[in-house]
Amino acid sequence: MTLANSCSGGSPSTFIPNTDHDQQAMLDAIGVADFEDLVADVPEAYRHPTLDLPPAAHEMSLASEMAALASTNYIPGDYACFLGSGAYRHYIPAVARKVANRGEFMTSYTPYQPEVAQGSLQVAFEFQTMVSHLMGLEVANAGMYDGPTAFAEAALMAARITKRNKVVALDTVDERNIEVLRSYSHYQGIEIVRASSADLTVPNDAACVMVQSPNVYGVIEDMGAVSDAAHAQGALAVASVNPMSLGMFKSPGECDIDIATGEGQSIGVPLGFGGPYVGLFTCKDSYKRQMPGRIVGKTTDTNGETGYVLTLQTREQHIRRERATSNICTSTQLIALMVAAYLATLGKQGLRETAELCYQKAHYAASQINALPGYSLVSDGTFFNEFAVSCPKSSQSILDALIQRKIIGGADVSNRVPNGIVFALTEQNTRAEIDRLIEALDEIGSMS
Amino acid sequence: MAAMDRRLLMERSVAGRRAVTVPEPDVPLTPLPDASLLRDDLLLPEVTEGEVVRYFTLLSQLNFSVDTQYYPLGSCTMKYNPKLNDEMASLPGFSEIHPLQADETVQGALRVIHELQEMLGEITGLPGVSVGPLAGAQGEFAGLLIARAFHEDRGEGAVRNVALIPDSAHGTNPASAAMAGLEVVTVPSDEHGNVSVDDLRNLANERTAVFMLTIPNTVGLFEPNILEITKIIHDTGGLVYADGANLNALLGLAKLGELGFDIAHSNLHKTFSTPHGGGGPGSGPVLVTEELAKYLPAPIVSENDGKFVLGSPDRTVGRLNGFQGSFGIVVRAYTYIRLMGLEGIKAVARNAIINANYVQSQLKDDFDVAYDRFCMHETVMSARRQKANGVSALDISKRLIDYGIHPPTMYFPLIVPEALMIEPTETESKETLDAFIAVMKKIAEEADASPELLHSAPHNAANTRLDEATAARKPVLRWEPEAAD
Amino acid sequence: MTPDDRKYSKEHEWALVTGIVATVGITQFATESLGDVVFVDLPEVGSSIEQFGKFGEVESVKAVSDLFSPVSGTITERNDAVIDDPEVVNKSPYEAGWLLKVELSAPSEIDDLMGAADYDKLTAEEG
Repeated sequence: MTLANSCSGGSPSTFIPNTDHDQQAMLDAIGVADFEDLVADVPEAYRHPTLDLPPAAHEMSLASEMAALASTNYIPGDYACFLGSGAYRHYIPAVARKVANRGEFMTSYTPYQPEVAQGSLQVAFEFQTMVSHLMGLEVANAGMYDGPTAFAEAALMAARITKRNKVVALDTVDERNIEVLRSYSHYQGIEIVRASSADLTVPNDAACVMVQSPNVYGVIEDMGAVSDAAHAQGALAVASVNPMSLGMFKSPGECDIDIATGEGQSIGVPLGFGGPYVGLFTCKDSYKRQMPGRIVGKTTDTNGETGYVLTLQTREQHIRRERATSNICTSTQLIALMVAAYLATLGKQGLRETAELCYQKAHYAASQINALPGYSLVSDGTFFNEFAVSCPKSSQSILDALIQRKIIGGADVSNRVPNGIVFALTEQNTRAEIDRLIEALDEIGSMS
Repeated sequence: MAAMDRRLLMERSVAGRRAVTVPEPDVPLTPLPDASLLRDDLLLPEVTEGEVVRYFTLLSQLNFSVDTQYYPLGSCTMKYNPKLNDEMASLPGFSEIHPLQADETVQGALRVIHELQEMLGEITGLPGVSVGPLAGAQGEFAGLLIARAFHEDRGEGAVRNVALIPDSAHGTNPASAAMAGLEVVTVPSDEHGNVSVDDLRNLANERTAVFMLTIPNTVGLFEPNILEITKIIHDTGGLVYADGANLNALLGLAKLGELGFDIAHSNLHKTFSTPHGGGGPGSGPVLVTEELAKYLPAPIVSENDGKFVLGSPDRTVGRLNGFQGSFGIVVRAYTYIRLMGLEGIKAVARNAIINANYVQSQLKDDFDVAYDRFCMHETVMSARRQKANGVSALDISKRLIDYGIHPPTMYFPLIVPEALMIEPTETESKETLDAFIAVMKKIAEEADASPELLHSAPHNAANTRLDEATAARKPVLRWEPEAAD
Repeated sequence: MTPDDRKYSKEHEWALVTGIVATVGITQFATESLGDVVFVDLPEVGSSIEQFGKFGEVESVKAVSDLFSPVSGTITERNDAVIDDPEVVNKSPYEAGWLLKVELSAPSEIDDLMGAADYDKLTAEEG
């Protein structure tokens, strides 16, 4: 295999310590003449196939090759970035990044041996504590793959609890969430029904009503009204929220939501081109035995000292197999650790101030854009840090023109709103950047 | 072990302390929304930066890890994780790009995904690759969706609704099959630890959608009848799925596609050296034959005239997660394969297999071997001999902790009583293995002479044995503020 | 000792009949093979169950077992004490750890169950 610009000349011996001499000594001890005797079960004609791979690379050469490759990407920061729609460019303090890089956290396995995994387990307990209180619900699990999969699993859980199979999703839920829900529920006999968020009616055989807040247009939904409408028909209320918005807005729990999920990326995880992220998953206490995923509990050891263990494990695949609540067997622990470290670092004051800063920047940008000729805000609802704009030209032409000006514009939502773009702001967008965006939009909008 | 300060963050919190300050707004202020929309309070800790560092560093030291201990945890492939992997994944050009950026602004990232797709296809002989699935279990689920879509396109979707799964399989196999709406039928193992071919022949029929086989299997053995097995399934019109959890044993030794597998997943966090992270993030690319590539989950990266684009295959089974998978893990696996190169990849299976057989050969006088034949990359031993004296696999595992070694996987697979599954991996030296062997022999002696020493182990870890029954009976799942008085 | 005032099923449940009501529980052998019981899932009062049909689950830390009813009938009482404190099932499987009271719909089914001696023979073979 020939790769463009590929370097070579390295040696695999940097990771494989046993020399030819060691290997021979071990074969002698095993009592075989040749390695092939150990793999006699592999049909001989299929052994050692030809393999077309590049030669080993020297670390130094590969590092510089990959650095050059990475630098060909347009990097937010170098470019002013107003893209959100599920992933946000928040600042992560150095301390939060550093502690997550400890090798003891990075290179351990799932804590099946709790006595030698108390570090990971106590971190998971901290994560559950902070996430559950942030969401305003009693129980959080230790983490899911990402926001959309957590949302989809919440629908499956609601169907198990209510023994119903109709899932009502508001029409303001992001299509990515719905696509994942479709893949997850297709063979579960679940029917997905879209409902108008402006005029919500819930059928009496619904398992749950699914709401996203802020929604696909950035607008804060009335989660309390969704809960009331769902509960009136014996259905559960399921929410997907941006956890950063909970630094200032009411929590799902305060709105009587039964299962609340979220994309953990916005609270401590780099954009990273889409992953790895961590899904947040919380619910009311009475539903905890139907939860998917790992859960960590507090207990004591034989000396009476406090310690932590994986608990309620009978829900999981390694015990219940085909009757498990899910096939998931990860908590995305390392990313959950990043979230825990971030929330610990921002703390009570910092998270609120950061959320309010996002709110202020977004509202300034929105009011300025709304004042431009040809541009108007799509909704007059309350929003947090992103908002949809109807533009005077096609969304694509505006985004292309913005890139020319070193601005990564928002997300194209022209499938929902004619010439629509959703712009997102975070605390990292400076006023100078915002003013540059306004100026560029004005100029692009008025060009013939 | 000296008593450590294990207090939780909220128990360390002091009103007014903070670890970071946030700038004042540099824009004209907008009034906040109506108070009815806002929350009153946030329950989060108030601590300084120094306290954050000390707390998390202390916690990290309570973990055993590959960076600090020998960690022969079977079926998990706890190999050394090269540090360049992490450094490449954190390059700003990879770690700071937004997942929804236009393709032409992220060509470098798309190139990495594309080249990894090609390399994984070459290594496994299954050229259709999506690196989207976020873990092995999600890769399995994707593979099963592909199998279902394939049968549906042939008009057999309704009847082919059975997944055949060996009794030795990992629990995710039946759990994933259930999520894909398949009925699980269990295939027994024979007395040598192989799939019982006669039973398989009887169970495979026109209802078989897929046979899911871990290869080498979960007792660390390569199915000697593999060609017959794949033929039996294909003759009934079913597909054969390879659970790639143990792919490390086959790197450079055999290609799944050539053995007759149609679909597979690979765990990048096992075989391709990305860190396990204490339980994720993983990455579980799904790999298929050319014929099945049109069903791969979205998105995949293709190349057109030197330009890389994200797209959906024609008959895709859909989207399984928010964006394009665990890109940070993809970069790490890519870095690993480039560092190892052709010679390195070929050396992996050889060294992993020699190491496992060496451990097995040196311990078989002290512990029973589940199946007395050469193993692949891991050996499953049994403490049934010690059990006669009241010492269990659990006791032996906990005693290993006292000697600074992470226990093997225990009580799995379910078909082996008192199982201890040992996977040395290729990145451990003969000296490390010899030290482990000596400790295991010592523990075997202790099991005879002073079993109480094992029953009460571990003695010097962060905790002695923990009460899991009370944790499950009366779950305490978060810190709660004391009731206000 | 296995009490000989009641009848046993192959699935390790017992039934103690008083008039037309049977008290149902699991045997000591079952609790010992399960280990520490951490959770018991039982049906609501008023629901009906069938002989040898699944009616609930009992969980230990790392295992789940289905509960199969030794008798058919309607549930008249449920022992919520074992739901609140599952340990009672381990401590007193034949007394305080009972699970359900069932009004029998087919009292003659009792004849399909084993006496204590036969049950002890069965567990001696299994154990």
